[in-house]
Amino acid sequence: MSRRGSAAIALWLVFLAACIWLVSRASFTADLSAFLPRTPTQEQQLLVEQLKSGIASRLILIGIDGGDQAARARVSLDLAARLRADARFLHVANGESLGLERDRQILLDNRYLLSPAVNAERFTVDGLRAGVEDSIDLLATSAGMFSKALLPRDPTGEFMRLLDTMAGGAGGKHQPQMADGVWVSRDGQRALLLARTRAEGADTDGQEQTVAAIRAAFEATTQATTQATASPTMHLSLTGPGPFSVAARATIKGEVAKLSGIGALIIVGLLWLIYRSFTALLLGLLPVLSGALAGVAAVSLGFGTIHGITLGFGTALIGEAVDYSIYLLMQTERDKAGAHGAVGEQHWLANYWPTIRIGVLTSVFGFASLLFSGFPGLAQLGLYSIAGLVTAALTTRFVLPHLLPAKLRIRDVTAFGQKLHVAVTWAGRLRAPVLILFGAACVVLAARGDGMWNQELSALSPVSAADQALDMTMRADLGAPDVRYLIVVTAAEREAALAASERVATSLRKLAAAGVIDSFESPSFYLPSQASQRQRLASLPPEAELRRRFQTAIADLSLRADRFEPFFADVEKSRGRLPLTRQDLEGTSLAQGVDALLVQTEAHWTALLPLRAAAGKQQVIDAAQVRAALAETSLAGVYFVDLKGESNRLYESYLREAILLSLAGLAAILGLLFATTRSARRVLRIATPLAIAVAVVIASLVLAGQQLTILHLVGMLLVVAVGSNYALFFDQGASGDANTGDIQPRTLASLLVATSTTVAGFGIMGFSSVPVLNAIGVTVAPGAILALIFSAILARR
Amino acid sequence: MTQSRLVALFLLVALFLLAALPAQAAQFGIGQLMDALANNKHGAASFSEKKYISILDEPVESSGELLFVPPNRLEKRTLKPRQESLVLDGDVLSVERGRQKHVLQLKKYPEIAGMIESIRATLAGDRKALERVYHLTLTGGGERWTLVLIPLDAKVGGVVARIRMDGARDEVRTMEILLADGDRAVMTIRKIATP
Repeated sequence: MSRRGSAAIALWLVFLAACIWLVSRASFTADLSAFLPRTPTQEQQLLVEQLKSGIASRLILIGIDGGDQAARARVSLDLAARLRADARFLHVANGESLGLERDRQILLDNRYLLSPAVNAERFTVDGLRAGVEDSIDLLATSAGMFSKALLPRDPTGEFMRLLDTMAGGAGGKHQPQMADGVWVSRDGQRALLLARTRAEGADTDGQEQTVAAIRAAFEATTQATTQATASPTMHLSLTGPGPFSVAARATIKGEVAKLSGIGALIIVGLLWLIYRSFTALLLGLLPVLSGALAGVAAVSLGFGTIHGITLGFGTALIGEAVDYSIYLLMQTERDKAGAHGAVGEQHWLANYWPTIRIGVLTSVFGFASLLFSGFPGLAQLGLYSIAGLVTAALTTRFVLPHLLPAKLRIRDVTAFGQKLHVAVTWAGRLRAPVLILFGAACVVLAARGDGMWNQELSALSPVSAADQALDMTMRADLGAPDVRYLIVVTAAEREAALAASERVATSLRKLAAAGVIDSFESPSFYLPSQASQRQRLASLPPEAELRRRFQTAIADLSLRADRFEPFFADVEKSRGRLPLTRQDLEGTSLAQGVDALLVQTEAHWTALLPLRAAAGKQQVIDAAQVRAALAETSLAGVYFVDLKGESNRLYESYLREAILLSLAGLAAILGLLFATTRSARRVLRIATPLAIAVAVVIASLVLAGQQLTILHLVGMLLVVAVGSNYALFFDQGASGDANTGDIQPRTLASLLVATSTTVAGFGIMGFSSVPVLNAIGVTVAPGAILALIFSAILARR
Repeated sequence: MTQSRLVALFLLVALFLLAALPAQAAQFGIGQLMDALANNKHGAASFSEKKYISILDEPVESSGELLFVPPNRLEKRTLKPRQESLVLDGDVLSVERGRQKHVLQLKKYPEIAGMIESIRATLAGDRKALERVYHLTLTGGGERWTLVLIPLDAKVGGVVARIRMDGARDEVRTMEILLADGDRAVMTIRKIATP
């Protein structure tokens, strides 16, 4: 072995060791981080925070089916009790009215601190009079029988106002149906619970634990219940971001392992069939393994964490990376004794390597465009592919030739190649049908236009349609907010966040009155800022003054003035109160309200004000009006977020960007081909079969009813990158030097094997239920075959 | 927290339910009255109501419309002094006042549900069910009669002391509800038409 050879091998080993070290330290994830922007705008940042840790992200919807209604209710009660005792849950609701008395007492005692109507004006003569008149009017309604009992204590009706605010904000009119004391679905066939987890939605490990905790508690509950009553089995359904991401991770993990295992087996089997040499098989896999390691290491280095999707995609790429060693092993000329192997390799390096080099470069140019994507998932794929392919090619070029034993014998495929050659010669007659097919594909694509693209982020969601439908049903039954519209208030301090929420709430009340929104919720409903509470306290007049004003206020109303001693006593008592703090609310539903809507994140406090769309507007809120109202407050750090709209906009921007980047990648590939061939006609000859292959595959997918996503686009780029290798060989064969003249039978055979491995690697991804992997699989596998066939048919003769 | 408020609500519902019944009894026995009630037809009426509340020197007045759609939909629409709509449909009671709308499931409140069910029983002429909740006394004759309902159940009795209806032939003319605390509400009913 030459000195250069030893140096190359040593360098390669060091490189591999470094990669292994990096890979062993890498962390893997399968959450939605791959889909979140790398450099988000403020609104996107809020979207990301909400998706990762917001109130909606921590919500788990629990359904209990089977058994009879009474049994389901028992299980619901018992399950809720078990989960409430578990610190991993912040809040578990199943319709039981717990602690209502305590809530009522807190509201009543602190009504002058909590009621937004309490201000200095409220306790002027006119203010008191207006309040009392309202209360008298209320007496005439059906609520009067209740409110009259409170009139002597609360003549201005603050308590009733508080009840209405809380009920309206918490969606009082969207109460779920009840049966046997617990929430049930509209048809009564399913008991429903709602749990809020301590773990953030994006904390998949934490969510996995909570999901396991719910399942275990359900197991224990049903065992206890069914043993007692021998009722039929019940089953549990869990939906929500947490359970979905847990299931998605399990699916991705399982499928990546299974599919890449099957893919690898098929590839190894194919290679064995061709080589019939154990040594050749092992050596042939070396570049691939090096490439895969380098890819993972590069992504780990560049991104910190590696997404499961990237791994899945990476294993598919094995099918392409293995091509280089196939070319080396199959195209090298060996004499029958195999004695002159080294000479044959020199010949290969001189005649074939330049073609492969261009092939590798075109792939790299294509994928390099993905590196610029703001969509981290795509950027990871780009980096992985470049690192993997370059490493595999370099290993094939500089390391593998030195490792090949001089007497390596692999099966002679010349005879097979010659048969192929006959077929290829004949294939030229299909030129016209191919062009017709191309025309038809173009017509289909032009007809569908933009409509063939799926514009929603949910298109990439690994959650099955059935699970999504179940989630929708349970949400509707529960009246659970899907928290689409939010106002997010950020501030450095808790108090500042609360104070800003109060000012926003004032604007929102106007919007609700104008019918722009239906209702909203604010943490300040449950815990007003200390400043407002102090202001409210300061607005309460001293007793003598209050008596005087009240007398004047009710002078010509038909009220008996002597009955209001409890009012004077309560106001006087309130004047001595301290503003409420979060601790004072412990154990009440007010505390739950505050905790859900006011959260501390690292350096700042975030207050959330969920909005409910007005009825009859298809659940859509006019964002412009809300934004205008917010702008009027001239508060900093207040944002209106339409989570669904924002995420779809985000995805649309990815899609637009990806289309532009792919076009740029395509332009780079064409530029490279032109730079190396110096002939526009040759570039056209190389590019034409690829363009036809892509068009035909996409048109077929569209006709089959698939909506295209960003990953189909990546698939197209891959078809071009992979297919260019084939096209280049045919072109080289056609315009090559005198030695070759026409494409060699051996080259043909190697191309067919290379295509087969590519198709095996990617095709197997087409069977994945993970949309991202599926999309790549169904695009690349047929695309690669067609690229080879069309290259053969259109090759110049 | 809204339990007692609901009790009051349902009592009122009970009231107008009964008021909406065209009593068609000729010769007076509870059984005959019940038979007449069982033949209830769709009916609309206007009402005015006076509530005598101890804290007020004068009664508060309200007025509006009543609508009964057999077998189980009842509406009370108050037009003055404040608009309010109270609709009982099946097991769901919805109250709409101003911008606020409350929807309550009857099943959530068993004692009230029991009462409502007994009123339904009245509509169906099911005397037994009615007598499970109230003690009934009928006095007077066909031209002017008076039906007095006194709750048997202590929980209901804690809120309502007595319900008294005065009618002429097949019409309920006034209904008085006397609460346990001494306050009372008197509703006068005028039949509009039977569509």
